[in-house]
Amino acid sequence: MGKTLFDKIWDAHVVKKIQDGPSVLYIDKHFIHEVTSPQAFKGIEKRGLPLFRPQQTIATADHNVPTLNQHLPIKDLLSKMQVDQLIENCEKHGVELYGLGHPYQGIVHVIGPELGITQPGMTIVCGDSHTSTHGAFGTIAFGIGTSEVEMVFASQCVLQSKPKTMRINIDGHLQNGVVSKDIILYIIAQISASGATGYFVEYAGSTIRSLSMEARMTICNMSIEMGARGGMIAPDDTTYAYIKGRAYAPKGAAWDKALAKWQTLYSDADAVFDAEININAADIPPMITYGTNPGLGMAIDANIPVTEAIMHEGEKKNLQQALTYMGLTGGSQLLGMPVQHVFIGSCTNSRIEDLRLVAELVKGRKKHDNVKVMIVPGSQQVAKQAHVEGLDRIFAEAGFQIRQAGCSACLGMNEDKIPAGEYCISTSNRNFEGRQGAGARTLLASPLTAAAAAITGVVTDVRALIHQS
Amino acid sequence: MQALQILNSTFVPLPIENVDTDQIIPARFLKATTRDGFGKNLFRDWRYADDDVAKPKPDFVLNQSQYAGDILVAGKNFGCGSSREHAAWALLDYGFKAVISSFFADIFKNNALNNGVLPVTVSDQFLQAIFALNVTDTLTINVAEQTITIDATGLQENFELNPYKKTCLLNGYDDIDFLISQKAAIEQYELENG
Ligand code: SF4
Repeated sequence: MGKTLFDKIWDAHVVKKIQDGPSVLYIDKHFIHEVTSPQAFKGIEKRGLPLFRPQQTIATADHNVPTLNQHLPIKDLLSKMQVDQLIENCEKHGVELYGLGHPYQGIVHVIGPELGITQPGMTIVCGDSHTSTHGAFGTIAFGIGTSEVEMVFASQCVLQSKPKTMRINIDGHLQNGVVSKDIILYIIAQISASGATGYFVEYAGSTIRSLSMEARMTICNMSIEMGARGGMIAPDDTTYAYIKGRAYAPKGAAWDKALAKWQTLYSDADAVFDAEININAADIPPMITYGTNPGLGMAIDANIPVTEAIMHEGEKKNLQQALTYMGLTGGSQLLGMPVQHVFIGSCTNSRIEDLRLVAELVKGRKKHDNVKVMIVPGSQQVAKQAHVEGLDRIFAEAGFQIRQAGCSACLGMNEDKIPAGEYCISTSNRNFEGRQGAGARTLLASPLTAAAAAITGVVTDVRALIHQS
Repeated sequence: MQALQILNSTFVPLPIENVDTDQIIPARFLKATTRDGFGKNLFRDWRYADDDVAKPKPDFVLNQSQYAGDILVAGKNFGCGSSREHAAWALLDYGFKAVISSFFADIFKNNALNNGVLPVTVSDQFLQAIFALNVTDTLTINVAEQTITIDATGLQENFELNPYKKTCLLNGYDDIDFLISQKAAIEQYELENG
């Protein structure tokens, strides 16, 4: 029997399998940030241990940083302490840090690929659940807790039980106005927020093959939102072309050697998955969420489900609570509903292609007066590129506020918060209660759908807008 | 890590599904650089009105003094969302030693176990049976036997626990000690795969 892509990479990284227990899995690259690392540094210091392989860890500051005036000292004292602590820890332990002010700084899952650190066949971990993003390059990449960060510090390994494998095949052409964010929101709505728990997912099929690396990253990024341990896509020419020439990419003979290895990374034709799902790309509409978990999503022009129609008591209660929090009624439509905020950013949709997509729709138009629009590039390099291409001017003319790189309103740890009771169309990945600020109401959607709402001030079917222009 | 062998306690019921890590501990409380003190902000936004500790919401279970105990019982898909271990720290710091649900998110389950908080997965029927109990009823969790029992009725179920994790829990060992003991094998791996 053939091997899956997941099995090939997993097997190559098992140092040892504990009898009746997990495996000792070797980690090639470890990303850290200010929020989930301080306790791990403290942990190894308390044990009197050095970092085992400091050169395999890369740090950035993203979750907690301000996105305005980054050159000034951080005002929030607790945030400042956390960021300062990261600087001190990295210095002390010899870890490369792309912190505030560095041209490489940005959201950890944006900078890894952008710098060419993320490469096919690797195992990658980070104390952050959206580490699954890196799977777009054909890696086993997954989020870990702080105790596990400490394990990687101490041994460059984690203890992991092998997950089951699932393949999701998506074939055919996407409708106009439908982008990769819609694909993943559609999948999660189909299989629920826990539908892939216990699995590692491989995305395959002609639709996936046709996507750019950045679009693939958006899909892998949200694998965790259906409970999956991670998501991955087999590398191909698109992948190699993306990596070539980047700061950390192999050069010369090393490139040829790496490429030869990468070309062996695919699921064999006779490999068997524990679960398999097939999706027709033409069935996917522009998507939006109406509830408080990413599984509660629907076609932008659909009606919100009514609670009475749900048989399972727990699910019914769950939907009721979600709709109460969101201030929405079952049976109604979201189309045409006013929104007060639009947030374009996060490790799901803050890369240059996302910004280009938004700029293309927004060019020559102005935002609606009743909407505040915040656009937060995923990294300093994205911001720089947007400037080179003149996208920043398009946004400024449209009345968008452009901020500096960071997680920002994706999780509302810094001052970028949505006020209680107000609606925000967000290109981020979580619509949990209070995620964007206490009482904030999040509607997850694609950058195109977000941009459309910025212009009209209401939830809008972007297909209508594309038609107009 | 503290060893856990047998737990006999009343429980706190939270019959809500998809309890995510942002509810367990909201992001704005993640600015600490130590593991302690998160318990006071456990379920912060469900517990207090207007983010004000002087305004506890009377209908939330942690504010109802009749409910107490070392065990939290929650609806399906508990701990979904982020990888923040702060969620496990908050539960531990508050005083919970075990969480019972019919389904747990993967990363949360690992994080909980790494901190000696036992996630116990039971069937949906068993979960509903617990929710139907009185406040004074107790549950017994036996780690060595991998059983959970409703003491009043004797209703019992087995739960899964990987043998390695079980040894760790019973003895209070943690994974880091184990990994450090594997250093020679890890260095050998690096040599062969360098
Ligand atoms: S952008 Fe949001 S989801 Fe991504 S790493 Fe930052 S906080 Fe996490």
